[in-house]
Amino acid sequence: MKREVRICGFGGQGVILAGFIWGKAACVFGDLNAVQSQSYGPEARGGAARSEVLISDEKIGYPRPTGVDLYVAMAQEAFNTYRDDLHENTVIIIDPDLVPNHDIGRPIYKVRVQKIAEDLGNKIVTNIAMVGAMAGIDDLLDPESVKKAVVDSVPKRFIDLNVNAFERGLEAGKNARPE
Amino acid sequence: MKYERDPVRIRKVLGEKVQFIQGDMAVAYGGLLSGVSFFGGYPITPASEVAEGMARLLPRVGGCFIQMEDEIASIAAVIGAAWGGAKAMTATSGPGFSLMMENYGYAIMTETPCVIANVQRTGPSTGQPTLGAQGDMMQVRWGTHGDMEAIAYAPSTVQECLDMTIDSFNLSEKYRHPVCLMTDGEVGHLREKVVIPEEEEMPLIERVEATTDKETFLPFAESPTTGSKVPDFPTFGSGYRTYVTGLTHNDKGFPKTDKQPDHERLVMRIITKITDDREEMTDVEEIELEDAEVAFVTYGASARPAESAVAMARAKGIKAGMLRMKLCWPFPRHIVNKVSKQVDKIIVPEMNLGQMYHPIVEYSDPGCEIVLAPKIGGEMHLPQELLEMLEVS
Amino acid sequence: MVEDMINANELREKYLRDGMLPTIFCNGCGHGNSLDYVFWAIEELGIDMDDVALASGIGCSSRIPGYVSADGLHTTHGRAIAFATGIKAANPDLHVIVFTGDGDATGIGGNHFIHAARRNIDMTVILLNNFIYGMTGGQLAPTAPKGSIATTAPYGNIEHAFNISELTQALGAAYVARWPVFYPYQPIKSIKDALSTPGFGLVELMSPCPTAYGRRNKLGKIDALWTWYEDNTMLMEDYDRIMDYGTEEEIAAAKNKIKIGVFQHQERSGFFGEYDKMTTRLMEQDDAKWGV
Repeated sequence: MKREVRICGFGGQGVILAGFIWGKAACVFGDLNAVQSQSYGPEARGGAARSEVLISDEKIGYPRPTGVDLYVAMAQEAFNTYRDDLHENTVIIIDPDLVPNHDIGRPIYKVRVQKIAEDLGNKIVTNIAMVGAMAGIDDLLDPESVKKAVVDSVPKRFIDLNVNAFERGLEAGKNARPE
Repeated sequence: MKYERDPVRIRKVLGEKVQFIQGDMAVAYGGLLSGVSFFGGYPITPASEVAEGMARLLPRVGGCFIQMEDEIASIAAVIGAAWGGAKAMTATSGPGFSLMMENYGYAIMTETPCVIANVQRTGPSTGQPTLGAQGDMMQVRWGTHGDMEAIAYAPSTVQECLDMTIDSFNLSEKYRHPVCLMTDGEVGHLREKVVIPEEEEMPLIERVEATTDKETFLPFAESPTTGSKVPDFPTFGSGYRTYVTGLTHNDKGFPKTDKQPDHERLVMRIITKITDDREEMTDVEEIELEDAEVAFVTYGASARPAESAVAMARAKGIKAGMLRMKLCWPFPRHIVNKVSKQVDKIIVPEMNLGQMYHPIVEYSDPGCEIVLAPKIGGEMHLPQELLEMLEVS
Repeated sequence: MVEDMINANELREKYLRDGMLPTIFCNGCGHGNSLDYVFWAIEELGIDMDDVALASGIGCSSRIPGYVSADGLHTTHGRAIAFATGIKAANPDLHVIVFTGDGDATGIGGNHFIHAARRNIDMTVILLNNFIYGMTGGQLAPTAPKGSIATTAPYGNIEHAFNISELTQALGAAYVARWPVFYPYQPIKSIKDALSTPGFGLVELMSPCPTAYGRRNKLGKIDALWTWYEDNTMLMEDYDRIMDYGTEEEIAAAKNKIKIGVFQHQERSGFFGEYDKMTTRLMEQDDAKWGV
């Protein structure tokens, strides 16, 4: 039982935090092993950024993905850049508002996570809504563990906002179908 | 204020017992748990997170963090702090490690306990700052001028970054020697689960403080209390009025620079206090070696794809195994030799063009084929490419 | 209290290590006088030598800790101040004194010196300025007067001399003074003040080197450099008065003189005092949070 996950977007969008939460949910609030790595472009903000998480019930040797099982994109440039190593069963999740050109001839889960964040009044939680969507679509992690990891990883005064984003994302994820 | 190690406060400051953190931060955690009371450092990618962690954590346990003006000053202050009675450490990467070489030698010659974490990257020169490599495995052994032995760990996981920082302090205190934690940009920036050990799970070794007669005490001679080649430590301020110099010195510590036997005797004691215990301090992990016909001998980040490749090979019925050197220096020559007598072929994956490869060749049985698997450019080996090397064996 | 006064021989007996004499210093070298001044200052302040830690780098001046009955760290070239920072950090109760030369402190170790002064690290630096690299045989120092001769400036020094005291003053160090060693009293007072002022104290002592500097610069006779100091230094009070109120001739005569005296003396907490306040605040905050 293992999952190789890549979350990508542009710098400043919080993809590193999203990966961090995913890994923490697996190994601190769940009993799986997890390794998270990341890479930025040269700029701290803007430019394509990615965060990669390997999750397994076995010891993880090589810590980078060798074939991505869950691919999550929150920006067009990142979607175009970090897609070389998908396989035929890779689950793909995007926000269609952020990745408008996503027709690559295969089914994709489309969740409007930025819209969820905007509805909550703060675009900053787009990444957390996406974490919710991931938890709704991929069943490897218990959504409760992921929620605990969210609560544990965001500033205390923003816990409610983040939990709301997570839960709405989760709901949207559960209802999403690949199209 | 004078630092006193408070294990309860340290664990409260560190927070949850199980955390998902980066390797660099785990080094800082290991330092805090060891009782570090001084950290002097200078920012450098990919090691800056160690200093950032220390800057945040150390004042809260009563320790002192100073961002020094450069790496030379960092290790100098660390050595000074050790003589003032502190457990002290710094962290750096390739270019900074190069700058530290002179005072690294000073710490060896003056038998100063301290820890240098080197989150390795590649070179020559500035190289690839943000990417990992194993660029300094030979520099740690031979980088300072003169004759010496090194003590160096190489962690492969984030948990080991924490655990081996504690191990580094223990060997440093035990042998009065600077110990290097040779992590790398790959492991340093990975996030993994770490479990903060309980106090009883992490026995600490403390330097043997000088207690004997102040007039006759010899700060650079065999210990009068333990009989070991490691001298007792006369902390500054404890009344021993010790003179410490990087010049060749006599047992009392005073310069004796012109006679061959004086120098040989001193340097040989400093080297053999470590090499005498080579087998005792050996720290390796053997994976699937029992019936192996081909084996990786590796360390640090390189061991991770190698371990994956061993598992893939075993699934295909190939009798592959791995020897992982957790402590790279002093070199576990007896273990490597034993493995080389058992297997037909040793493959050495390294994120450089061959550094630990050389002692492996030197100490292996001539009948064993030794093949280097070098990888430079800031990427780890892929398990698949290492598997292919096993398959052609 | 005359009966309590110690004489010079007793002073040396008390503070020098047994069996280390003779020193490496040449006839006419000022380093011995400087060391005497440090002993007097320590004696007058009543500091216990068990509470003193010395640090030094490389060069003639840096051999001094070897002769002193105290803990001493004889380190690498230029780095003594950085080592000393660590000693003080580990044990703030120690009086940390650095002996350094002009090449050690302003050449190879310039950056460490600058940052320790800027941070106001609690230590006393005795900088023995002899205008030359003496131990290695007379190479050019950053402090060498323009026009002076060194083995590596055989046609005369074309560089400007490093004014280390004024630099240290500008960095905000707690205490800064410069004296030629032929003043017997003022250096002792300055060393005492530097030792008892929190923060970074610099006492720059102009210390003659007849062997490596004097001989090459027609100042080889033992008293020649003392005369040169007399002719080329000026008390800063006099200097400032002339610059403000002097005649043109007086100003022209004074402007190339080396200012001597106390450049700065300010009472405020040094680095470790500030650091202590921070750790105390943080630990109290944590204790309150944890309900200790």
